[in-house]
Order: sequence, then C-alpha cells, then structure tokens
Amino acid sequence: MKSLVFASLGLAALLAGMPAATAKTLVYCSEGSPENFTPALNTTGTSFDAARPVYDRLTEFKRGTTEVIPGLAESWDIADGGKTITFHLRKGVKFHGVKDFTPTRDFNSDDVLFSINRQWKEDNPYNKVSGGKYDYFNDMDMPASIDSVTKTDDYTVVLKLKEPNTPILANFAMDFMAIGSAEYADFLLKKGTPEQFDQTPVGTGPFYFVAYQKDSVIRFKKNPDHNFGEKALVDDLVFAITPDATARYAKLKAGECHINGYPRPADVAEMEKDASLTVVHEPGLNIAYWAFNMTKPPFDKLEVRQALSMAIDRDAIIKDVYLGAGVKAKTLIPPTMWSFDDKIVDIPYDPEKAKATLAAAGVKTPLDIDLWYQPVQRPYNPNGKRIGEMMQADLAKIGVNAKLVTFEWGEYRKRLQNAESDTGQMGWTGDNGDPDNFFFLLGCPDGKPAGNNIPKWCNAEFNDLLAKARSISDQAERAKLYARMQEIEHDEQPELLIAHSIVYEATRANVEGYKQSPLGTHAFQGVDVK
Amino acid sequence: MAADVALPAVSSEEAAEVLAQPTPLAAFWAAFRENHGAVFGLVVISTIALIAIFANFIAPHSPIEQFRDAVRAPPIWESGGTWRYALGTDGDGHDTLSRLIYGARVSLFIGLSVMSVSFVVGVVLGLLAASVGSLVDVVITRVMDLIMAVPSLVMAILVVAVLGPSLANTIVAVTIVYLPRYVRLVRASALGELTKDYVTAARVAGVGPLRLMVSTVLPNCLAPLIVQAALGVSDAILEAAGLGFLGLGAQAPTPEWGTMLADSREFIRSDPWIVALPGLAILIAVVAINLTGDGLRDALDPRMRRT
Amino acid sequence: MLVYFLRRLALTVPTFIALMFVTFVAIRLVPGDPVEVRVGEHGISPERLVYFRHQLGLDLPVWRQFLDYCWKLLHADFGVSLSTNQKVLTEFLTLFPATIELSVCAMLFAVAIGVPAGAVAAVKRGSVYDQGLMTVSLFGYSMPIFWWGLLLIMFVSVQHEWLPVSGRIDLINYYFDQPTGFMLIDSLLSGEDGAFLDAVRHLVLPAIVLGTVPLGVIARMTRSSMLEVLSEDYVRTARAKGLSPFRVIGVHALRNALLPVVTVIGLMVSSLLAGAVLTETIFSWPGVGHWLIESISRRDYPALQGGVMLVSTVVIGVNLVVDLVYGAINPRIRHGR
Repeated sequence: MKSLVFASLGLAALLAGMPAATAKTLVYCSEGSPENFTPALNTTGTSFDAARPVYDRLTEFKRGTTEVIPGLAESWDIADGGKTITFHLRKGVKFHGVKDFTPTRDFNSDDVLFSINRQWKEDNPYNKVSGGKYDYFNDMDMPASIDSVTKTDDYTVVLKLKEPNTPILANFAMDFMAIGSAEYADFLLKKGTPEQFDQTPVGTGPFYFVAYQKDSVIRFKKNPDHNFGEKALVDDLVFAITPDATARYAKLKAGECHINGYPRPADVAEMEKDASLTVVHEPGLNIAYWAFNMTKPPFDKLEVRQALSMAIDRDAIIKDVYLGAGVKAKTLIPPTMWSFDDKIVDIPYDPEKAKATLAAAGVKTPLDIDLWYQPVQRPYNPNGKRIGEMMQADLAKIGVNAKLVTFEWGEYRKRLQNAESDTGQMGWTGDNGDPDNFFFLLGCPDGKPAGNNIPKWCNAEFNDLLAKARSISDQAERAKLYARMQEIEHDEQPELLIAHSIVYEATRANVEGYKQSPLGTHAFQGVDVK
Repeated sequence: MAADVALPAVSSEEAAEVLAQPTPLAAFWAAFRENHGAVFGLVVISTIALIAIFANFIAPHSPIEQFRDAVRAPPIWESGGTWRYALGTDGDGHDTLSRLIYGARVSLFIGLSVMSVSFVVGVVLGLLAASVGSLVDVVITRVMDLIMAVPSLVMAILVVAVLGPSLANTIVAVTIVYLPRYVRLVRASALGELTKDYVTAARVAGVGPLRLMVSTVLPNCLAPLIVQAALGVSDAILEAAGLGFLGLGAQAPTPEWGTMLADSREFIRSDPWIVALPGLAILIAVVAINLTGDGLRDALDPRMRRT
Repeated sequence: MLVYFLRRLALTVPTFIALMFVTFVAIRLVPGDPVEVRVGEHGISPERLVYFRHQLGLDLPVWRQFLDYCWKLLHADFGVSLSTNQKVLTEFLTLFPATIELSVCAMLFAVAIGVPAGAVAAVKRGSVYDQGLMTVSLFGYSMPIFWWGLLLIMFVSVQHEWLPVSGRIDLINYYFDQPTGFMLIDSLLSGEDGAFLDAVRHLVLPAIVLGTVPLGVIARMTRSSMLEVLSEDYVRTARAKGLSPFRVIGVHALRNALLPVVTVIGLMVSSLLAGAVLTETIFSWPGVGHWLIESISRRDYPALQGGVMLVSTVVIGVNLVVDLVYGAINPRIRHGR
C-alpha cells in the first residue's frame, strides 16, 4: 500500500515538474500607442504596426524586401498599355470573427470595393467615420490616378487608370490598402456603431485581434484559417506599449519582450556584445538632403551649388549627429533599393576646392545666406539644429555666413515648399519601395515644379524619363532609366544629399525568422520563438 | 512699599549692559548660528553661489565645447579616467565638470529670478488684495486659486507649450506656478496685521494707505515671506529641472542640470555617472537651500523655534 | 453645515470659468496650425486643409469657438481627441485609475512610514533618531524625483533585476479583464495565480518614487504637530493622571496631531498629480500624466485642453472635500470669518 502511495506521489511530482504545454507568445515592445486600427486613417508607423497583423492586402511586399508579390490577389493582368489592371482574387479566404460578429461568407470583390470606396467616394457611408482623413490614399495620388474600380464577378476586380502607372501595384501593398470586411461594415452600420470598425478590427490576416488596453497592451492570437503566404508561427502576439527607450531595452534584456524595433543608437554597441540578443541593421528607405532654392540667385549657378556642397563635412555629421547610424548619400535612393547606381562618384568634401569654385563663379565672399533647419526629429534627420550648426561652421570656413532659421514643423514645410528659403533641410521616407516614389520629388509635372520639389529644379530629360519609367513594367528597363536620372541629378546638384539613416532593430537570440523591412514596418508572421 | 523690597546693588555699567538689547540682526544671527544644519546649508549654498559666479575661472573647459575624441570618457575614479575630464564627458563630448559648474549658474539664476519676480509681484498683489478688498480681492484670489488648481508641472508645461521651450520661458512658467504662494502669504499676513491696533493708530494719525501698507504692514509680514522666498528658490530649481528633464526647459547646449539628466538617460546602463552627477548637484543645492530656509524660519520666528 | 458646503461649492464656480477661459486661450496660443502640424513630408492640398480646418471648427470666429467649447463643457463633452478620435472624457477615464492607483499607493507608503516616524521623532525629541529623521525627511522633500527614479531603476533593475521597471503587470503570463481599471483589484478578481503579487511588484518602485516627497513632508508635519500637542496642557494632565505613555501618545496626542496632517494630505493632490507626470514618464506607467505629455507632442489640442480641465477639476474636488471634512471636524472654521 505504502509503495502505491509513494508511486502516485512520485508520479504526481513528476507531472508537476514537467513543463506544461503552454502557448507560445511573441512579445513586441512597441514605442507608442496606435491611434486606431484602420491603417487607411493613419500615417504613423506606430499605428500601422498595430493594425498590420490583422489585415492582408491585394499585393504584398515580400517580407524583408520591397519586392511586390501576390497577396489577396492571386494574380493580375495588365492590359491597355498599362491603363487596365485586372485582379484575380484568392478563393477560400476567411475573415475573422469577433464578439457579436461572425462572417457568413468568404472574402470577395465586395470587400475590395468597400476598402477602396470608403477612402475615395464621399458618398460612401463610412467615408466620414472616425474623422474621415485618408492621408495616404490622397498623398499617393490614388484619386488622381484611378478612373474606376469595378467588379466583374465575385473574384475579379478591374482597375482602370487615367494614365499608365506601374508603381501603383506597389501602392496596393501599402498599409492604407488593407482589405477590411464589407460585411462587418454593414453589420456595424445597422447596429448604429460604425466607429467600432476602427476600434475592433476584422481582417483576413495571420493574426486576429483580441483586445487593446489603452497605452498598455495590444493582444492578438494566431489565425488558424490563414492559408496563404506566411503564417503565424506563435500562438499569441502581444504588443507591450513601452514609450521609454530605456525601459524597452531593460525589458528586452530581461526577456520580457522579444523584439525591440526602436533601440537607442547609444545602446546598440552594448546590445551587440550581448550574446542573448541579436542586432540587425540596414539603411532605411529614406534620404536627408539640403536643398538650394534655384529660383534665388546665386543658387541658380551650378558652380555655387557645387561649392557649397563641397564645403560640408558629411562624415562628421554622420558621426556626431547620426551617432554612426547613417550612411553618406550619393543618390536620392539608398543602396538597398533596386536601380541604385553605384557607379556615381560622390561629391567630395574639399573646402579648398569649394572656396576656389565659389570664387570662379564670381561670388564675392563673405556671402550671406540663410540655412533652414528642421525643428522636429524625422526618421532621416535625428537633429536638424545640430546638423545646421555643423554646416554653419563648415560654411564659415569658405567665407559663407549661414543664418540659422526655423519654424514650427507645419509652417516650415509649407514655406519650404513655397520656395521662401535660400537653402533648407528636408528629407523623405519612401512609402512603397518603388524608385518613382523618390524621383518624383524632383519632378515637374506640366512644366511646373511639384510641391515637393524644394529646389524648384526642372530638367526636361529628367522629367521625360520619370514619365517613361512610370509607364513601362519591365523592371530592368526601368532600372536603366532611373540610373540615367541619378546621373542627371548628380550632375546638376539641385541639393546636397546628406545621408540615409541606418535603422537598428534588436531581438532576443532565440527569435527565429524575423526580417527587418526596408520600409520600417514590423511584421510578425513567419517569426518563431525557440 | 518700595523701600521694603531689597534690590541687589547694581552698578550703572552692569545695568546698562543688561538693559542694552541686542539689535534684531544680531539676535537673529545668534539664533541662526545655533542651528548647525542651517549653518552648514548656508556654507554649502554660498560655495555653490561662488562657484557659479566665478565659473569662468573655475571651470576647466567651456561647457558647450564638444571634445569629439573624448565622447563618454569615464570620470577620474573609473579605469581610463583622466584629470583632463575629471568627471568624465557626456554623450556629446562635453566636459561634465564644466557643465556642472556652469549649470550652477543657470540653476541659481533661474531660482533667484523666479524668487525675485514672484516676490515682488506677489507682494504687490497680496497687499492690493488685502488693502483694497472687495472685487479686486476676489479677482486676485480666484486667479490664484485657478493657478493652484492646475498641478504645478501641468501648468508649467502649458505655459511652455504656448511660449516655446527656452530658459527665459522656463522662468516665466515657474514664476506663474509659484506666484500664488506669495500672494496668499502676503494677503493672509496683511489681513492679520490690518486688524491690529497699531495699524488703526497709524490710520488715525493720517498715514496714507500706500505708506501704510508698505512701511507699516509689510515689514511685519516679512518674516514668513523671507522664509517662503528662501524655500522658493529651491522649489524653483526643482521645477525648472523637472521641465528640463521633460525637454521643455533650457535647450541644448545650455548646461542646465535637469536637461543634462534628460540627455543622460540613454546612458543609464553604459555610463551611469552621466546620470548620477547632475541629479546629485540638484539634490545638494536644494538640500542646502532648504537647510538654510529652515534655519531662517527657526531663527526669525521664535514661536516656531520651540519645535 | 449645508450652508457651508454650498458656500464653498459656489466659490469654485468662478475658478472653473476662469479655468475654461485660460485653457481655451492657452491652447489657441500654441504655435502651429493643428492640422498642418500633423502632416508629414507629403504636405497637404489646400482643399483638404480647408476641409479639415472646417471639421475642427477652426474657421469659426474665435468667440464662437469659445462659446461652443463652454457649451460642450457644461454638457460634460470634453471634445474628441485628434489622434485617436475617441472622446477625451473616455480616454481620461480609461487612464485615470492607473494614476489614482499609483498616487494612492504612494500616499500609503508616505503615511505608513512618515506618520509613525514623525511621531517617534517628536517623542524622542533632540535624540540622534530625531536628528536623523529630520535629515532623511529633508532629503526626501528636496529630492528631484526624476533622478531618484532613474537611480532606483539603475540599482534595482539594471544591476540586480529584483523589480520590474515599467508597466503594471507581466504581460506575457497574465491576461485578464480589467473591470475596475485598478490592477490590484482586478488581479485579485481574476483569480490568476500570482497576478496580485506581480501587480504589487510593479507598483513598488513607482510608488516609492512618487511617495518620497510626501514622505518627507508628512514626517516633518507629524513631528511638529506632535510636538505642539505634546506640550499642551491636556497632555500633561493625562500624564499626571497616570495614563500609560502609550495611551497618552498613541491615543490622545496622535489623534489631535493628525488633524493638520490630514489636511496637508488632501492638499497634496495637486503635487501628487504633478509628480505623477514625471513618475509615469520614467516608468512607462499608462496614466493621465503620461497622456498629457503625449498630447503636447502630438499637438492634440482637445486632449490637452480636456485633460487639463479634468485634472484641475479633480484637484478642486478633492480640495473641496478636504475643506468640508476639516469644517466638519473643526466647527470654528465653519462659522468663523
């Protein structure tokens, strides 16, 4: 009898000691709270990250790259010289169910039409819901480009464009084109609470939404029905909202979170030495530049622009302001982007030559110019004021007195775009991984400089190539055109290209399959914790 | 009968000595001196003040000069520390010791500015409220209540949000936040004094209201006011440092202790002295001022000295 | 009593009106157009700019905007947050329990240590203990709490990893509904093993940091108040009657000494909330202090406006309650001048 008791006790102890089969949880230390869960309404990476696990899009970026691959659209046909795109939608894709709502049908064309029309058509019942601000839809020129969107059957959507526009396929892979459930939208409208659509999201994505505790935590669970593309490899996904960078590092170190998307550059060195952490980095899809206003003399003279550019010590700026988290830029696009022309020879740092060139251009020193610097931190510019101060010191050495000027961010951007400065800092973060999304910045549609064309530089050949590259779909051909555009831009020097910032991310060493995205997004399907 | 009481024989010199009262200042100093803590505090804060005044001569380097080759250099007690940067350097290559020394100047400047402005404005408003009374009193009191209803830091942040972050605006913001204390103090003291006989007597004697308030009533309110002023300096330094910590105070490269702390947060693991030293400076300065203020209070108000 | 209450209540009305006016004006004075400032490098077309300014009511004359604002306030409509499109009141109420929990625990910490320490110091006046306590409490209320928090984080978590440095609970292992918003209560209600203890662990450091200054103040106040009381005649009488020192001190003296301390505690609400702003920032504590700071950097004017109004309302409310309680305890105040 005793032996039986002991045996059962022993067995019980054994069982108690055995690790139970617990659910696998991946914790992402998020740097802020999302504004809502509908990417179409947002512009910040924080909000996009929070909604992305729940949604799919017609096309997707292959994780870790900017290559466009099929998503909810299995395939597509381009016809009519590039003006008609027919999407063939995937069959058998299910939407999530949430409290009160269970979908009765699979994903089909109606959902695509709803997701586009909500942003596009003012008469759509959801257009004004939750503020009605669809920044990306408008900024990516979708209303200007799209002629019509129609469905021919439940799994075919026809997109007619006004002009051929190959990059638009990349736009469909962007967050704002997340496909939501038209059925869920109708359900909430009938219930009288359409705003819930943006608070409790329903999508087709690899995870489904469980709960959001404001400023604290977002919870997702694996969607077992997700049957295409990459799947969720963990059971639970948790966003631990930790705005303080020091706290994020502490949590990462303690294993309380697995991925930290925004470590401080100052901590990176220590993280790299830590065997329990993995640090990854690559140049972000961005550019910081110092634009010369070519409508104001003497900046209309090429030699003057070249001289001022040669006077700036960009290496020192990268060391001191970017803390090494930057790579000197010689073209508009970063080295990770296709069509990057490595053959371009960067403008040198040569104060002596700068002085000589300035004199040769007939400019008398001291020359007084103003130097506008960015008042807020941007992904491509960690500290506009410090960069401005360093430039000021460099320019003084060649006899140029730069006066530092700035305004509130909104005001600053507006005035810069109105050509009110002599010279000004600005930059750009790529939206869709397509070179056109960078080169359009220096374009002149209809002969007039685009709003974003800060130098107000118009070059006929550049513009022709820009339009041509938009209309053809062969990537190799387009790359050639963009290479030529980079040459022209380099030769004309409308702006000094300063740097592309390097983005660091840190994960625990036992995280497998995490890929850094050049677009600065954070995705968690295909990521496992060992 | 006078003759029945035998008084001890006393010489006239002895009598004069006994009857000579110490001057108020001497009495005050004697009382103050008894409090060792207060004296210690006074010594420390005077030292800090001297350091601040003679910063140009004492500091080894300029506080805003960046030594790009010696970023995050360790202080003298760590391995690799040199006497060149005795307390190490921060993330931008500024010498910590020099920044601490010049920071004393900035912090004391803030403290004294806030204190003097709120003192003057507070006295004026408080006396106005007490003497004129009725609507003026109500308005002033309500506005002060309003300022006190909003938590100090929130109010300061609001002011800075409107005016923009800078050293000058920090002073404005902190002054607004601490003004009510002075106003209430002066008003309460003045109201108390106004009921006293000597004031009535002066009024009857024909002393005009302005002279009455300033020359007669005010001096008798001074004791708690001086104590509040002394303690107000430390409050102002703390509040300004708090704003600096949130990035809303003096902007880089101005060496303000709170801003130095904010910049140092990223190095909490790698270079902890960058975090420890500015806060220590704030603590020492504030403790010293509070010790002195306590001593002032005890010495000026004999009633409170008991405790 | 009722008259007193009504009178005190009536006195808060002008303060409120002034508050409404000041927050409205202050927010309007913040530089930068609320729509423009939230736009990125893309810029915004003039038509859309006009549309959104109209949506926010910014194209109305200022006095109209002010009247709209006051009207809405009187209906407890504090507006809608620009960033999340949620009602400001809802956001505030979601976050406020976290701040309350932190503040209450900080105050408990300060009282639980400060009152006995101060009382003992008063009894043992002049001793080493007394001097030591006075010094410690001086350091307490001189402490820059943002630095103090960083130091504690450095020693406790970085060096030794004894206590967590951010958040309210371990998110990996614990997930439960939060009906009250108070982590301590909700963790008990959830019945999950170890959840309550984990919530306590997360509260320790922030509560200590926030409670340090009140600790210093309360210890000193208790001491000086006790000293006053201990020298009173009735205490001497009690002693003379032969009551045990413990009864004398603990029951009679302390009870009367605590009166001013209680009022001080009530009046500390304002400084607690100010301290909460800093503490929440350091410890990533999801409360209203942190939310207010975020609203400024996001230029979320309705949230900032509403937040300041709501926080001030809380302060005024608590002060009113303290006044009433004090008036109830001390009739002289009620009827006096």
